[in-house]
Amino acid sequence: MDAINSGDTAWVMIATALVMMMTPALAFFYGGMVRKKNVLSTLNLSFITIGLISLQWVLLGYTLAFGASVDGLIGDLRFLGFAGVGAEPNADLAATIPHLAFAAYQMMFAVITPALITGAFVERIRFKTFLVFTLLWATLVYDPVAHWVWGLGGALRRLGALDFAGGTVVHITAGFSALAFAWVLGHRKWFGKAAMEPNNIPFTVLGAGLLWMGWFGFNGGSALAANGLAINALVTTNTAAAAAAIVWMFLSWRDNKPSVLGIVTGAVVGLVAITPAAGYVTPLSAILIGAVAAPISYYAMRLRLKRGLDESLDVWACHGMGGAWGALATGLFATRLVNPAGADGLFYGNPGLLVVQATAVIAVIAFAFGVTFLLARVLRRFMGLRVTSSEEEVGLDISEHGERAYA
Amino acid sequence: MTKKIEAIIREERLTDVKEALYRIGIVGMNVFEVHGHGRQGGIALAGRTGSYRVDLLPRVQLNIILSDHNVEKTVETICAAARTGEVGDGVVFIYPVEEVIRIRSGERDRAALAYEGDIDTRRNGNGAHAASASAETRAA
Repeated sequence: MDAINSGDTAWVMIATALVMMMTPALAFFYGGMVRKKNVLSTLNLSFITIGLISLQWVLLGYTLAFGASVDGLIGDLRFLGFAGVGAEPNADLAATIPHLAFAAYQMMFAVITPALITGAFVERIRFKTFLVFTLLWATLVYDPVAHWVWGLGGALRRLGALDFAGGTVVHITAGFSALAFAWVLGHRKWFGKAAMEPNNIPFTVLGAGLLWMGWFGFNGGSALAANGLAINALVTTNTAAAAAAIVWMFLSWRDNKPSVLGIVTGAVVGLVAITPAAGYVTPLSAILIGAVAAPISYYAMRLRLKRGLDESLDVWACHGMGGAWGALATGLFATRLVNPAGADGLFYGNPGLLVVQATAVIAVIAFAFGVTFLLARVLRRFMGLRVTSSEEEVGLDISEHGERAYA
Repeated sequence: MTKKIEAIIREERLTDVKEALYRIGIVGMNVFEVHGHGRQGGIALAGRTGSYRVDLLPRVQLNIILSDHNVEKTVETICAAARTGEVGDGVVFIYPVEEVIRIRSGERDRAALAYEGDIDTRRNGNGAHAASASAETRAA
C-alpha cells in the first residue's frame, strides 16, 4: 500500500477549495456582464451547477470518468456512488493522497465546466431546460472526455496527448459546446440592434481576480502533490495570465481605449491557454503562450460579433479558442526538463507531440460540438430552450425566479 | 407669477452649476438622474473588443421653482456654468406653476418660496447676511 503524504494531501484539499471558489467567481465574472434584469439569473446558473454536478459526480460522474476503462471510451461502474472511494490512496490515479481527495478535487473541475457554458445562453434560457441540459451534458460530454484524456487507459491518454489541468477536458469542451448551444438557441431579442450594457463591470473585475487566484489551485493542484511541479504550474499560470492581460490591454487600446473589461478578459484567456501546458512548460514559454492567446481570442470575439452570432459572453472565443491554442502550444513548448513524466514538444525536437495534440483537439471539438448540438436540438423539441418573448423582456430574475437583484 | 425651470445638463457640470446658483442665492432645487439624447445621438464606449454604441446618455435634470422676476438671472447662471461648447450641453425649459404650498407652514406662493438669504433678500441689498445664510444652508 502506498503511504499518504500529509503535505500532498493538504495541498490537494486546499486546491479543491480554490477550484470550488472559481465557480462562484465565474458567477460574478458573468453576472457583471449581463443586463440588470438578468443578474440574479446569471449568478444562479453558475451557483446551482455546484449543487447539480456535486451530486451527479458522487452518484455517477466520477465512475464514468475514472472507473476502469471500457475500450478507452468510458469508465466502468466500479466507483458508482463513490463505492470504494475512501481514505486509501489509489496508486494509479494519485498515489500519495486519499482516493477521496482525488475524487473531490476532480469534482470541482466537473462543476465549473458546465458553469462555463452558461455564458452562451444567459438572458433567455428556460431554467427548467437548463437543469436537464446540465445533467445530461455532464454525463454525455464531460465524463467521457475526462475519461479519454485523464482516465487510466483512456483513448487520448494512450495516444500520448498531454493535458495538465484541463485545456481539452474543461475549456475546449465548454467553449465548443457553448458555440453549438448558442447556434441552436438563437440570439437575444434586440441583439445587434440595441446596446446591451454590462450592469456591473466591478462584479466582473472581482470575479476575474478570484478566478485568477483559484487557478493556482486548478493548475498548481493538478500536480496532485506539493512539489516542484506544482510550483512550476503556479508560476506558469500567473505568468501567462499577466502576459495575456497586458497584450489584451494594447489590443483594446489600439481599437478604442484600454478597456477594464478587456483587460480582465485577457487575464482569463491567458489562464485558459496555460491550463493544458502549466506542468509541462517553462515560465518563459508561458509568456509566449499567454501573449499569443490574447489576439487569438480577441479576434475570435470580433469574428463572432461580425457573424451576428449571440454566443453572449464569448465562451467559445475565450475558452474554446484559448483552450485549443493552449493544447497546441503544449505540443510546441512542452519539455521533459520541466516534467520528466511529460514529453518534448516541437521546439524541443519532437514534432510528433504536436500531431498528437492536434488529434486530441480535433477529436474533442468534434465530439463536444456534435453531442451538444444534438442535445440542444432534442431539448428544443421536447422542452423548449427559451423563455417567451415577454418573459425575456421582463428579465429572467423576475420571470424565472420571482426576485429582483436590487430594490 | 411662479415659474419652474427644468434644466437638463451634463453630469460633470452639476457641481459648478450648483455652486453658481448658491452664489446668486438659489439654494432650493431637486436633482434627478435622467437618460436621454438629443441631436448628439449617442456615444461609443469601450467593450471587450473595440467599442459599442450607447444611445441613451446619462444627464442630470435640475428642477427649480422661483418667482418670474428671478428667472432670467437664474437661467443665465445655469447656462454659463453648464456650457462647454460641445454638442450635448443640454437644454433649459421654463414652465408656469399654478400654485406652491409649503407643507410645514401652509404658506402659499411667494411666501412659500421665500427664505432667508434667498435671491430676493440679496436683491434688497442684504448681501452679506444672505451670503452667510446661504453658507449655513449649504452646510445643513
